[in-house]
Formats: sequence, structure tokens, C-alpha cells
Amino acid sequence: MRSIRLYLHYVSINIRCVMQYKTSFFLTAAGQFLVSFTTFLGVFFMFQRFSRVEGFTYSEVLLCFSVMLMEFSLAEMFARGFDQFSGMVRSGEFDRVLVRPQNEIIQVLGSKFELTRFGRMLQAVVMFIYGIIQSDIAWSFSKALTVIFMLIGGTAVFTALFLIYAAFCFFTLESLEFMNIFTDGAREFGKYPVGVYGEKMLLFATFIVPYALIQYYPLLYILGRRKELIFMFLPLLACWFLIPALMFWKFGVKHYKSSGS
Amino acid sequence: MKKYLSFFRLRFTMGLQYRAAALGGITTQFAWGFMEIMIFAAFHRADASAFPMSFSATASYLWLQQAFLALFAVWMMENEIFDTIINGDIAYEMCRPVSVYRMWFARSIATRLSRAVLRSFPILIVAAFLPHPYGLAAPASLKHFILFLVTLVLGLLMTVSLCMLVYILAFFTISPAGLRLIFDSASDFFAGALIPLPFFPEKMQRIMELLPFASMQNVPLRIYGGSMSSYEMKRAVFLQVFWLAAITFAGNALCHLAQKRVTVQGG
Amino acid sequence: MITMEHVCKSYKIAKRNAGFGEALKALFHREYEVIRALDNVTFTIGDGEMVGYIGPNGAGKSSTIKILSGILTPDHGTVLVDGRVPYKDRIRHVQEIGVVFGQRSQLWWDVPVIDSFELLKDIYSITEPLYRQSLEELTELLNLTELLRSPARQLSLGQRMRCEIAASLLHRPQILFLDEPTIGLDAVSKLAVRDFILKQNQTHGTTVILTTHDMQDIEALASRIILIGKGRILMDGTLNDIKRGGENIDETVAELYRTYDI
Repeated sequence: MRSIRLYLHYVSINIRCVMQYKTSFFLTAAGQFLVSFTTFLGVFFMFQRFSRVEGFTYSEVLLCFSVMLMEFSLAEMFARGFDQFSGMVRSGEFDRVLVRPQNEIIQVLGSKFELTRFGRMLQAVVMFIYGIIQSDIAWSFSKALTVIFMLIGGTAVFTALFLIYAAFCFFTLESLEFMNIFTDGAREFGKYPVGVYGEKMLLFATFIVPYALIQYYPLLYILGRRKELIFMFLPLLACWFLIPALMFWKFGVKHYKSSGS
Repeated sequence: MKKYLSFFRLRFTMGLQYRAAALGGITTQFAWGFMEIMIFAAFHRADASAFPMSFSATASYLWLQQAFLALFAVWMMENEIFDTIINGDIAYEMCRPVSVYRMWFARSIATRLSRAVLRSFPILIVAAFLPHPYGLAAPASLKHFILFLVTLVLGLLMTVSLCMLVYILAFFTISPAGLRLIFDSASDFFAGALIPLPFFPEKMQRIMELLPFASMQNVPLRIYGGSMSSYEMKRAVFLQVFWLAAITFAGNALCHLAQKRVTVQGG
Repeated sequence: MITMEHVCKSYKIAKRNAGFGEALKALFHREYEVIRALDNVTFTIGDGEMVGYIGPNGAGKSSTIKILSGILTPDHGTVLVDGRVPYKDRIRHVQEIGVVFGQRSQLWWDVPVIDSFELLKDIYSITEPLYRQSLEELTELLNLTELLRSPARQLSLGQRMRCEIAASLLHRPQILFLDEPTIGLDAVSKLAVRDFILKQNQTHGTTVILTTHDMQDIEALASRIILIGKGRILMDGTLNDIKRGGENIDETVAELYRTYDI
């Protein structure tokens, strides 16, 4: 489709821009790796002292953490334009977007393709492999498919959160820090399965912001604790979250067009 | 001395202006503190005997950490200062008859204090009213509280002193960004900001406690909960004073070196 | 053809007072001020006209341009550009217009200018033969041959501006909005830019709407002048209507502002 070709063109120009500054690129990517690595160390040392938490062992937590981190890094790579949207509004760059004969979302997505997030991604993959080796899961085709579904659903959910943050930027450019709770917070605290945080948190993460659908429930299926097939497809169901996000975005654009900047 | 005081006052008032940001920040910190405590609660349910300090002391530690984040968060370094180093404006600063070191020191303290003032009280007050043992407990004793306040101030000075060292080192390196990166990650880990130091394996903890990073938030936050023995507290305070003197001296000396370099080479 | 009829637009601006006490109050109760940016604005611009849209800062110029480009929705009134309502039919409308913001760049900073052009070709869905034609013509007329391979960040302001104008004309828009196109340029570049715009208007019949404070630009390009002040159209006539007996154009315009008390 034409839009996909255009998006790939955007991606290519982004990469070409970044490659002009190779040292900065590798530094940032290394930084990404380091930051995630220290978070990993936090988990590692806790498990030196405790053998399990809420019935989850070290390798099981690693699996949970790594898949969630992969989901987040993928979303950050693609949807960075929304993550940094406040800058676009502040500089008036969004006006430029409105003057182009293309869908605004594709343009904002295309404005930034953050390849440096690869650093975080790499760390996640390493943890994932380590977690697989250490754990004694009976792997099957459906379980492998579950992981892929988690990646798809997880990227969708985090992208939706970035979209919501960006939509907020149409209304105010201050006090947006609270949105970090849902994005960075989820990344930090998603290192443990959501069930660890208690009943109420699980309810919230199932019905309001579907973190549990992309992390906890499919994890239970992979670990063999739940055998119902529905658990495998829950991550895909989590994509529903994009709908309110898109609606809010559209509402935000309308507001922007009527109130000027 | 007067001019440094006026730098301080200026920066402090500036910091107070960021009200809207503070509100957003407070909400975020609450969420963070809440989630951290939930994790530790889960671990406590799993194996309470493996806890190196009481759960209540742990919860107090975490809430104090959030409340005083602006004081101890090493990653909250001043971007402006880094910018001056990167783009070379620092040459102008260094040619002035003012001690750059003291100027930046005063400035950093002011920024951190004003941010902390805005954010700490709401967090402390709400945390104090949370049900035991999830909330902020009372200090172990009056003596502990006084010592807590003293080491809090020492910890703040220590944090600023370390940041100063990074600023000055950034001047000598090719890549300030890389230096800052390594320092940010390392300090969070060694300072007990990731998980409190007592949760690390014993041997590791003993070594970590000797490092300057442990003299920032680790000391006051643990003294408050009363989980340290009398000997450990004395040792911790001694280490704080020692590292504060050493790092400040090193930072100052390097700054003089940098200043000399600038005036000889012309920036 | 562009028609604006009885267009009105107001903004609500939150009142901000200084001081700690005021800011605390503001947390609970916001006071608003209504500003009339456009008040009953009416005018028609025919195809191929070159119009200078002038007025002091805050008069409503950028609001008008935003409405005409489809970025802003008016409160009242009708706006038609070539039979389309700009803010309703955004994508189709925007395909036919070009916009140059003098102070903001649309070129990607770190890659060669030609890369930005190629991306624009995709964004505007320009067919290959048409693109080649446009590119050749624009490169020749604006002297871009040596500039195309350089990244935008390495160009001087004058060079960059020429590339910006070329970028906004690649898709052969019928209507061109220019906002401060010569700001910060040296004399030679200014003449080159003005000359080029005139030629475009002559060869392709491009309608040009120019907002600028540079009165020499207006003198060189605009046959028609619309003056807006405090949201109202105060004057709609020709350059000669303003100039009475060869005085310096800046002084004339300043006098004009004084007359209308804007």
C-alpha cells in the first residue's frame, strides 16, 4: 500500500540522518543498554536473596521482564514521534504536518524512527535467551506463537499510550509528567508479573490499561500454569486499546485546529 | 561569600516557579513509591525471614527516597552546565574572577533544595498517614532523627560534590555525554537507589558501603529506620565526612587545573 | 479563486498574573480573556493575482493564513478555495497549495537537500516525469545545482531559502503562501527570490499571497494590497492607492498604521 511505502521512505531518511552522527548514535544505544542492564541487576540481586516471588522463579521473572522490555523498545522505536510530540507542538512543526496531503499519524510516526532503542532491545533479547535456557518450560508451537502475539499486542498497547500522551499535548504542554507513570512506569514495574502487585492492580491492568493482557496472562500460559487457549490470544485482544487512543487523538487534533496554537 | 549567596537565592526562587511541573512530578513519585512498596511487599510475603531490615523500615526508606529525590538523584544534573562545557562557553566563565567551582556548587544546592521543598512535603505528609507498615513510620528515636537530619545535609552536600566532579571531568573528556551516562547508571546502583544496599549480598554490601556513592542517600535513609547498629552509624557518618572532604578537594583541584588550562590555552 | 466572507475568529487566552499567591489562585480558578483575532473579514482573490497582506503584529495575518491553509477552523463565515472548504477537505485542499514559512525549515537537516525533495515527491504523490520536470526547472531558475547534494545544515541562509522555495513548488501548487520569505537574506538573495516568484506567477499563473514586514518585497511583487488591523480589513486596493507621490514605502506604511490607529 502507498502509505507503507511512504512510511518506509520516512524510516530510511531518519536512519540516514542518524548515521551522520555515528558516535552519538552508538553512545545513546550503549546508554540504553546500560540503563536496562542496571534494572536487570536489581532483579538479579533480589533473587540472590529470595528464591521466588508470588510463585515465580528468577528465570520466569526474566522471561516476563524481557518480553515486556522488547514490547516497549519496539513501541519506542516506531512511535517515538508521539513520545516527543510536545516538541512538535511547541515548535509549530505540527502546523507543517497539517499542511501536507497525508494522514497526520503517518507523518508523526515518520518524523522519528529511533534506531538507538536497539540498545534496549538487544539487552532484552539477551535476557530472553538467558531466561529460556534457565527455565524448564515445555515449549510448543502455540507457546512460541504466544510470544509473538505478546510482542504485537504489547507494541500496540505502548504505542497507544504514547498516542494518548501526544493527544494531551494538544491541550496543555505543562504537567504532562504524570503520563510517564503509564509508559516509563510500566517499563520499570513491568519487570515483575503484574499479579505480584495485588488484586486491585491486576483488575486495573486487565480492564483499564491492558498491561496484564500483554504480560501476565500469556505468561501464565507459557509457563504452563493455565492451559486455556484463550490466554494465548489475549495479547491480540489488547489491541482494542488503540481505539480510545485514536479517538482521543482525533479529538485533540480537532481542538488544535479550532484553538490555534 | 555574598555573591555565592545571591546566586543561591536567585536559583532557589527560580526553582520555586515550576509549580505545574512539581504537581505532575509529585503524582509520578507517589506512583513510583507505591509500586516499589508493592514489590517489596510481595517479596516479604514470599520470605519475610530473608529481609535484612523490617518491612516497615524498608517502606520508610522508600518513601523518604521519593520525598527527597530532588536532593539525591544524581541524574538530575544541570543540563545548562553541560551545555556550557560542550559548546565552549565555559571558557568565558573560567576567565572571570569568581570560583567556578563554588558558583556551580551553590547553584546546584539551590536548584535541588527548591525542587525538594516543593515536592517533599506533600509526599511526606501523605506517606505518614498510610496504614502501617506501608507508610512512613516515625523515626526510631529522637537521637536517630537528629542524626538523620545531620546526615541528610551531609548527603546532599555529598551528592552535589560528586556531580561537581562529573562536571569538571566532563571538561577534560572528549565525550561528556558518555561520561554522564556511565555515571548515572553506576551511581543509582551503588547509592542504594535501585534497591537498598542491605538487600545486596553481604560481601558486596560491605564493599559498597565504603564507596562515596553510599554516602549520599544510603546513610540518612537507613539511620531514620534505626536498622543500623551504633558502630555502623558512627562509621557511616565518618565515611560521609571523609568522602565529602576528599571529593570536594579533588573537584576543586581539578577545577583549578581546568581554569589554568583555559587561561593558558585560551579556551 | 479564494473567497472569504464574514469570517470571524476569537481566542480564549488564560490570564496569567505574577507572584506566588496569584499562581496558587490560578490552580483553582482560571480567568479568561477573549481576543478577537478576525472580525468580519471579507475579500476575494482571483486566480493568478499577487497579493500583499500587510498589518502590524497581532493584526490577524497569521490567523487568516492558517484558515486559508486549512490549519485553523473559523468561528463564523464562509471560506472557499477553488471550490473547497480548506479545513473540511484538508488533504485534498493541501495538495494544491504551497507554504513557505520564512523562519521555519521544512528540509531535513542532516541529509542532502535532494533527499528532502525525494521525500516530498512521495508525500505529494508527484509522478516521476512531472517531478523531473519541476526539479529541472526549479534547479535552473534558482541556481540549485551545487546545493542539492549538500545537507541543509551546511547551507547559508540565502542558499537554504532558495531550496525552501523550490521544495514548496515541487508539486506545482496553484496557490502559494509566503510568510516572511526574505527575512535575514542578503540583498542579492532577496532580489533572486523576488525575481523568481514573479516569473512563477507569469509562467504558471500561480496565485501568490505574501505576508511580510519587508515593504520592498511588497513593492516588487504585490499588485494588490490588503491591510488588516485589529482583526478588521481596513484597506483593499492597489499599491498606488497607498503610495501618494513616490514617498519611501516604509514611511508610507507607518503613516498608514497611524491613520488607522493600529
